[in-house]
Amino acid sequence: MTARNRELAGLVVAAVIAGVALASVTIARDAEVSARPLTYGALFLGLYLVAHVVARRTVPYADGALLPLTAVLTAFGLTLNYRLDPDDGGRQALWVLIGVGVLVATLVALRYDYRVLESYRYLFGVAAVILLLLPSVPGLGAQVNGVRLWVHAGPLQFQPGELAKIFLIVFLAGYLREKREVIAQGRLKDFGPLFAIWGAAMLVIVQTSDLGSALLNFGIFLAMLYVATGRALFVAAGLALFVGGAALLYNALQHVQDRVTIWLHPWTDERVYCAALNGQLEFRQNCASYQLVKSLYSIANGGFGGTGLGEGTFTSTDGATLIPYLRTDFIYSAVAQELGLVGAAALLLVFMLFVVRGMRIALRAQDGFSKLLAAGLTFGFALQTFIIVGGVLRVVPLTGITLPFVSYGGTSIVANFLMLAGLLLVSHRANEQSSLQ
Amino acid sequence: MNRQIVRLTYVSLALVGVLVVMTTYWQTWAAPGLADRQDNAIKRVAEFSVDRGLIFSWQPRRRLARNVERTVDGKTLFFRRYPYGRLAAHVVGYSTAGRSRTGLERSLNDYLTASNANLSTLVDKALDELRGKPVEGNDVVLNLDLDAQNVALDELGTQCGAVVALDPRTGKVRVMVSSPGFDPNLVEESFQRISRITADCRPASPLLNRASAGLYVPGSTFKVITASAALEAKKFTPDSSFVDPGYCIVYGKHVNNFDTSSPFGTIDLENALVHSVNSVFCNVGLKLGAKLILDTAKRFGFYERPPLETPADERLPSGLYDDGRLYYPRLDSDVDAGRMAFGQERMLVTPLQMAMIAGTIGVGGRLMEPQAVDRIVTPGGRVIVRQRPALIRRAVSQETADAVAQMMRLAVERGTGTAAQIPGYSVGGKTGTGETGVPGSNTTWFIAFAGRDEETPPELAIAVVLQNQSGTGGTTAAPIARAVMEALLRPTANP
Repeated sequence: MTARNRELAGLVVAAVIAGVALASVTIARDAEVSARPLTYGALFLGLYLVAHVVARRTVPYADGALLPLTAVLTAFGLTLNYRLDPDDGGRQALWVLIGVGVLVATLVALRYDYRVLESYRYLFGVAAVILLLLPSVPGLGAQVNGVRLWVHAGPLQFQPGELAKIFLIVFLAGYLREKREVIAQGRLKDFGPLFAIWGAAMLVIVQTSDLGSALLNFGIFLAMLYVATGRALFVAAGLALFVGGAALLYNALQHVQDRVTIWLHPWTDERVYCAALNGQLEFRQNCASYQLVKSLYSIANGGFGGTGLGEGTFTSTDGATLIPYLRTDFIYSAVAQELGLVGAAALLLVFMLFVVRGMRIALRAQDGFSKLLAAGLTFGFALQTFIIVGGVLRVVPLTGITLPFVSYGGTSIVANFLMLAGLLLVSHRANEQSSLQ
Repeated sequence: MNRQIVRLTYVSLALVGVLVVMTTYWQTWAAPGLADRQDNAIKRVAEFSVDRGLIFSWQPRRRLARNVERTVDGKTLFFRRYPYGRLAAHVVGYSTAGRSRTGLERSLNDYLTASNANLSTLVDKALDELRGKPVEGNDVVLNLDLDAQNVALDELGTQCGAVVALDPRTGKVRVMVSSPGFDPNLVEESFQRISRITADCRPASPLLNRASAGLYVPGSTFKVITASAALEAKKFTPDSSFVDPGYCIVYGKHVNNFDTSSPFGTIDLENALVHSVNSVFCNVGLKLGAKLILDTAKRFGFYERPPLETPADERLPSGLYDDGRLYYPRLDSDVDAGRMAFGQERMLVTPLQMAMIAGTIGVGGRLMEPQAVDRIVTPGGRVIVRQRPALIRRAVSQETADAVAQMMRLAVERGTGTAAQIPGYSVGGKTGTGETGVPGSNTTWFIAFAGRDEETPPELAIAVVLQNQSGTGGTTAAPIARAVMEALLRPTANP
């Protein structure tokens, strides 16, 4: 069976999953059996079939597992968002539609040779920094939850950080491919442009206090530097730098200290200072770590088998929300409650499979730029998953970033479809070459 | 570069693998602990979809807690209603979405929501879930006598205090009220009205179960322990005689009797208890030493949380308290044994503990486990828990208990407790007036047991405590004890 036929079969399976999941949500929510989930499932399949047909024409040799895996992840995301808020589910569907559109457009635009991107590497680097700066531009940027991450353009708003991440990976792949030999020798002057662009990006991110993105971009950078040079010393130096920087930030910024305290001691036996209550004393689990603790309760309530889709508890008996930011930062705790350990592990398994396929593409790619691009994109995907789910599970301090393809959020969806396009393009070229040889 | 990419693959997979491990941890290993946490609103609200078990009083068909079904957001939820309002509020507690749970609603939650692990209930539950039927919880039947609860609350009125009555032969708790009470139906909807409750003490603390979590100076009721210790150690007999000068000298200070104007002169131990003579007990205490008395107290259950089905933090151990903490002296000289012997010093006790003492003396020294629950029944009517009478330990010998019981009977017959006499019954009791240091706001007590006659073991033991009293235990608490005992002994007399 060719890669594309496997892809087609996988997409049908993904569509069945989406249909069944939506059906169980509507049955649980509205206590009715209707043809609606079937329609939605068919539309879902139709959408991905468009991507499939375009892939057949543009990247026929590309890996056949990535698109179905993406479809399954978006099915998770759509179902849960629809279950938590039907209106947001609809909006999320629109964003998946746009995402597939971006995927198709990228595949078509770069169908001959995506490696032209390499020659624009500095452009990508500078563009990433500009994108990151956008939210701070007066009149354009908007502050959401005390963090400047958003840009308003008319009725649209988007988070440029998500796109900047992809652009930075393209820049790093191009730059490191070119300079990897000299950099491996450790001469400082070769690091110049690297530190200029990447350092500027990090500074902007830190200044906006978007710690999750800072951690993510730092991790991607270290990983790509390691892949390019093979020098573990760089990783060690990078980690040392990270620890130093983290300590500096910890001492300088109150909200970093708060995050760490919440992470280490979410529960207190005695009432402590609560800033949200104007300095009154309250248990930390009812104050600063309210979100995290409630999310853990949500996960624990799922148990082994979960409550079932649509049967989870996310609101109080009077309809008040129990877990804030459930659809974005805490979508995983919704998954874990309604689908239980079985469902959450299945979701993580899909992420793992995606990672394995992505890394396989990096291994099979023939040229340095492609290898670095695929490895960078895939590792970014894995690390982003780790940072947000790890934050929810209290493995690391919680920083609000999105769970790829699952969280509610337009820019995130679009950026991840761009990443998928990149992996498909690299994989197509690698497989095409090996089949020609 | 391939070697590096392979390594990076391992790192990536390990990162996601950690997430699988931690999800497993939270959903299996840590889940029971999280489910028990008071601030776990998710679990609490989730359990509103369970058709929660009902709670009945000892009298059949009196539902202390029932459910009201309401559909919220497409889900069927079961909200709690307490038809008898404040009548058993402290023992039953409440189950709300907004404000956690208390009382048996909290401690028996697993039974009431049918989440107690048991193969047959698990199968039933799974079947219910598959059929889309709400899970039905198990019903709980209590030993509480609602009529007597009502009498006790009426008698307490606006006074702050508590009444505990139990069957000393079995440990079944028949009355447990705390005043001021509250209407558990108001907790969810208008908690403001509960926080505005006032009574003859400040703060009124209506939610506090004074019967098992209120600590009070025992005053002369503690003499029952001292007398038991004296007889058990064989250092004194009921006939041991003392010369009462009207005071006792402890650390160079005079300890006065309640009424110093008329010293009793030569008096034996029995009459010292009957008339509650402080100076005698002060001297007995000095002779015995603090630790010996405390060891006897321990045999009666001091220094441990009395075993009851209510949540552990709603029951406090009795004993010496130093700076708010339970305290056991290392040396005899750490404690003023003379003052402790008549229930002062830093001695603090709960009404539940005092009822257990009175009962144990009445039934010959056997300390029974107090039990508020009689049985737990599945929706199908099968009894899954039946509480059987459980002996905690023999506190004192039969001879000691009988001798002290006799002293207590005489105290009711012709001593300080005559207000508790019930015609046709043999009542033994002890009054107490604990000094809190504020004049006119004493803690008054009456503890007693009652039976048909002196030969048959008493069927009832009681403790009554009142805060902020200017009178004595004999004039304030003893009449309440009598009224409650009559309600229990002669149910027809109080329809």
